[in-house]
Amino acid sequence: MASMRDIKRRKTSISSTQQITKAMKLVSTVKLQKAKNRAEQTNPYFNYMYQTVCSMLKKAGEIQHPYLMESESSKKAIIVVTSNRGLAGGYNSNVVKLITGSDISCDDAVIYPVGHKGEESLLRKGYAMACDYSDVIDAPTYEDALDISRDVLQAYAAGEIGEIYLAYTHFKNTVSHEPKLLKLLPVEVDEEDVKESASDSLMNFEPNEEEALNLIIPKYITSLIYGALVEAVASENGARMQAMDSATSNAEEMISDLSLKYNRARQSSITQELTEIIAGAEAIS
Amino acid sequence: MADNLFTVEIITPDRIFYHGEASMVEFNTVEGEIGVLKDHIPLTTVLAPGIVTITEREESKKAVVHAGFAEILGDKVTLLAEIAEWPDEIDLERAKRAEERARERLNKKSSDLDVTRAELALKRALVRQDVLV
Repeated sequence: MASMRDIKRRKTSISSTQQITKAMKLVSTVKLQKAKNRAEQTNPYFNYMYQTVCSMLKKAGEIQHPYLMESESSKKAIIVVTSNRGLAGGYNSNVVKLITGSDISCDDAVIYPVGHKGEESLLRKGYAMACDYSDVIDAPTYEDALDISRDVLQAYAAGEIGEIYLAYTHFKNTVSHEPKLLKLLPVEVDEEDVKESASDSLMNFEPNEEEALNLIIPKYITSLIYGALVEAVASENGARMQAMDSATSNAEEMISDLSLKYNRARQSSITQELTEIIAGAEAIS
Repeated sequence: MADNLFTVEIITPDRIFYHGEASMVEFNTVEGEIGVLKDHIPLTTVLAPGIVTITEREESKKAVVHAGFAEILGDKVTLLAEIAEWPDEIDLERAKRAEERARERLNKKSSDLDVTRAELALKRALVRQDVLV
C-alpha cells in the first residue's frame, strides 16, 4: 500500500488538474455559444446559395462548362479543416481518419490544411501539402474563405487538380458533431434537390447562363468553405467542452477513490501504533 | 398602394442584412443599373459594386453592396451579397485611403499587379464615398 504522503501528493496534483480542465470547459462553453450563433447566422446565406445553384444547374443541363465536367487530372485537392490546438477529444483524429479511410489514395491527394493538428498528422502519413492556412481557423472571416477558394480554383483552372474536396466537422448540435467529406468540384448536387427547387422553370439569366455560372460557382464554393470554417469552429469548441467535462468528472472520481485510500491508510497506521503500545505495556507488566 | 409591395431580402454571409416590404428596389448589375417593381419576370443576375436603393412605403433606404448576385421572382427579390453596408457603417476616411492605395497600385504598373483586383478595390472605395454624399 502506498504511503500516506504519496497518496496525499497524488490527490493534490489531480485536484489542480481538475481545476484546469474545469476552467477550460467554461472557456469553451462560452466560445461555443459565440461560434454557434455565427454558424446559425451563416445558414440562410448558404441555403439560398444552394437553392440558386440547384435551379441554375437544372436550367443549365446541356451547358458544357469546366466546372461541371470531369477533368483529366487525377490529382484531388482536399481542404482539411481541423483545429490548431488539441485536447478536444476525437475531434481532429476523426477528420484525419475520414481522409485516410476514404478511397482517395495518398499519392493523388493534395492537402490544403486549415489547422495545425490535421496538417501534422497527415504529413506524418505521407500526404502532400499545398499552402497552409492554419491561421484562419482562430477567427475565420469571409475574406479568408475567399483566399482559399481563389487558390484552389486557380489550381483547378490551371489543370493541376481535377477534383476538389472539403473535409470538415459538421455541427449538428451541441453534443453531436459529424466529420464530413464533401465534393466541391466538379459540382454535384442532389438530383432530388434539383427537381424540387425552382418548380417555375421560367428563370432568366443575365448575363447568359454560362457567364452567370462562371461568376456564381466560385461564390458558391467560397460560401461552402466559409460555412465549413464556421461550423468547424463550433464543433471544435463543442468537442473540447465535452472532452473537458468528462476529464473533470474523471478527476472527481479519482479524487474520491484516493480519499478513501488515504483514510484507510491513516486508520491502519493508528491501529498499528495502538497495537504496538499495548504490546509494549503488556511486556513491562 | 398597398398591393404593389413585395418582399426584399439582402443576405450576407454574416447576417440577414435587410428584410422588409418595398415598392421598388434599384441596384447595379454587371450589365448596368436595374430597377425592379412588383411582378418582374424571374431573373437571376450578377451584382456589381454599387448602391442599392430600397423604396419602402414612405421612405427610401440606401445601402452599399459589393459583389454577389440577385434572384428576382415575381413577389420576392433576394440579394445575396458578399459584403453589404448601411451608410452609417462606412468610415469615410478609410474609404478615401483605400481609394488612394488602389490608384497608386494601378499607376505603378508593376508586373505582378492584379489589375482586376485593384480595380475592384478602387470601385468599392468610390461607391462607399458615393453613398455618403
